[in-house]
Amino acid sequence: MLFIEAIRLALNTIRAQKLKSFFTLLGVCIGVMFLIAVVSIVEGMGRYMEKDLIGKLIGVNSFELRHRPNINMGDMDPSVWEEYRRRPRLYHDDVRPVVDALPAGTRWAVVSDNTLPISSRYSGGPRNAQISAVEGDYFAIRRFVIVEGREFTPQELEMGTPVVIIGQDVVKRLFPGLSAVGRELRMGGLPYTVVGVLESQGSAIGISFDNQVFAPWQSPVHRLLNRVPQIIDAVIVQVPTASQMTEAQERVRQVMRTRHKLRPAQPDNFSVQTAESALEFWNKIKRYLVLAGIALPAIGLVVGAIVIMNIMLVAVAERTREIGIRKALGARRADILTQFLIEAATLSTVGAALGVALGIGLAKLISAVSPLPATVAPWSVAVGVALGAGVGIISGVYPASRASMLDPIAALRQE
Amino acid sequence: MSQFTEGEVPLSTTAERQAVTAQTGATPGRDWVIVTRGIKREYDMGGEIVRALRGVDIAIRRNEYVAIMGPSGSGKSTLMNLIGCLDTPSAGEYWLNGTLVSSMKDDELARIRNKEIGFVFQTFNLLPRATALHNVELPLVYAGMSAKQRRETAAEALDRVQLTSRMHHKPNELSGGQRQRVAIARALVNKPSILLADEPTGNLDSQTSQEIMKVFESLADQGQTVIMVTHEQDIAAHARRVVALHDGQVSSDTRRERFLEEHASAIVAKGGVVG
Repeated sequence: MLFIEAIRLALNTIRAQKLKSFFTLLGVCIGVMFLIAVVSIVEGMGRYMEKDLIGKLIGVNSFELRHRPNINMGDMDPSVWEEYRRRPRLYHDDVRPVVDALPAGTRWAVVSDNTLPISSRYSGGPRNAQISAVEGDYFAIRRFVIVEGREFTPQELEMGTPVVIIGQDVVKRLFPGLSAVGRELRMGGLPYTVVGVLESQGSAIGISFDNQVFAPWQSPVHRLLNRVPQIIDAVIVQVPTASQMTEAQERVRQVMRTRHKLRPAQPDNFSVQTAESALEFWNKIKRYLVLAGIALPAIGLVVGAIVIMNIMLVAVAERTREIGIRKALGARRADILTQFLIEAATLSTVGAALGVALGIGLAKLISAVSPLPATVAPWSVAVGVALGAGVGIISGVYPASRASMLDPIAALRQE
Repeated sequence: MSQFTEGEVPLSTTAERQAVTAQTGATPGRDWVIVTRGIKREYDMGGEIVRALRGVDIAIRRNEYVAIMGPSGSGKSTLMNLIGCLDTPSAGEYWLNGTLVSSMKDDELARIRNKEIGFVFQTFNLLPRATALHNVELPLVYAGMSAKQRRETAAEALDRVQLTSRMHHKPNELSGGQRQRVAIARALVNKPSILLADEPTGNLDSQTSQEIMKVFESLADQGQTVIMVTHEQDIAAHARRVVALHDGQVSSDTRRERFLEEHASAIVAKGGVVG
């Protein structure tokens, strides 16, 4: 029998029994809906991680020399923590040798950061902000744009002048309704003059990037950021092209190994962190999330399959006479089998299509009301619909084969 | 072994019928649409063997209009199922249109039913959710005809039973007589060798019954082979030959005139024969 004929027949059946069909489809529909929603959110988070979050934390063609990685996502072994804890810190004295070893044209920056309370005379009590003491080409590497005022001058950086460049949140909190440039804020009991305001950096997973204050590394604030004043948190390096990354990293490693007096057999007791190394964990977690995103809806699909199988068995019983008529008129076993298989597949594909639509809706809803981003992956739509059809065919096999095996005489006799 | 005499075969007595069987004992020729030789059908009803047919020999020529009669339990339904290729005999041979169908498999039988047999049932057996047109299209669907051609052919068939105006109505929007006419259109749409009717008037009032009988009559006049199973003598009387079954065997095989003579009193009592 013609394929299209069977689909038309199935759609007619669905139309004729709307409520029953709806309940039949519910399982598959919900399964596919959650599949699409979960995959969309995982996919959205992935895109976000790669493009926005890590990209913001670690710039293009950049790496960071740290005593231990600052982006640690996931289940860290206690022994790893223990080893991190015993590592020597980086000191400001390490900066010169490292920088000298870098290829020509390389940008570098030093940064120490911590959270400290800041205040101004224009607002209430002190508020915490992310304070960074920086040196070198920090703003260029991070591609921070100053929308008001100016960058630090070389003299300010060298002399440690008490000046600051602040983020939009700090402007709003400390200088509400005022122009911040030229005004004073206080950190660690000392006044600092605002010389620049940064463009908004947005936020990630609900954390704002705009509650930041930058000061020259040499300014007094650096003493408050770490236990020992000369400690620095990171040296950031940006090479002109991606091909120079490996070599620059290797040179930095060698300098640091020498400075830390490591024997060849000893492992590094410092970290060279790149965007890729920070993403490694995300990629691991993403695999689990996608797996969970497929495994959990799969339960829904299994329930859906059982429901469809049941409904199809009922349909075969209800339509025994129809099967008898069709057989009397010349339907072969294969014709009846195909008819019921396609009916089951059509039912569940309609359910899956509905689930895809609802899943996209759910993903958009979640990303609208929560900080989780969502991106609908075309492959997940295809997988969703294919799963639906597959579930229908699998759950249709048994009822359809029962229908095809019916004896036409007995089937015709049924009332 | 494959020759038998062409021409008029007398069928009025059991002896003559047996003579025909003897003649057609070999491979039946083109003129004989149905030939059965000693077909038996036994059912195993929970260990007890029920002999529904105990060796039936029937030969039916092309263009005959035959009624198969008998009381319930006589085996006429079983015989109809066998003739209609819905079932296969436990023993014996059945030749349909020169083809031995008694040993065929399910799917081959389905093909034969589709091509050679047009069923008309007592309860019409139309698909309730399909329109008249779609019901008539069904055999063509299984014959593998294209949708467009199917629609045209089915519409023509409905036109022949004067139901063009009701083409898009569903069975529950049609009267009993109209439903049976749809069923007849469906039975004929594939141009089958035989029109096989099982109690075609069983669910109809007497006036509608006569109408349907007229349709059968005119089909027979046009050369359609018609086989009708019934337990009503006045309906059987419309046929030109009546085969009576009793206890799974043929008890009589009479031409119409003789049948009318024999059963005149009974038929007159029921209100006579029209046509």
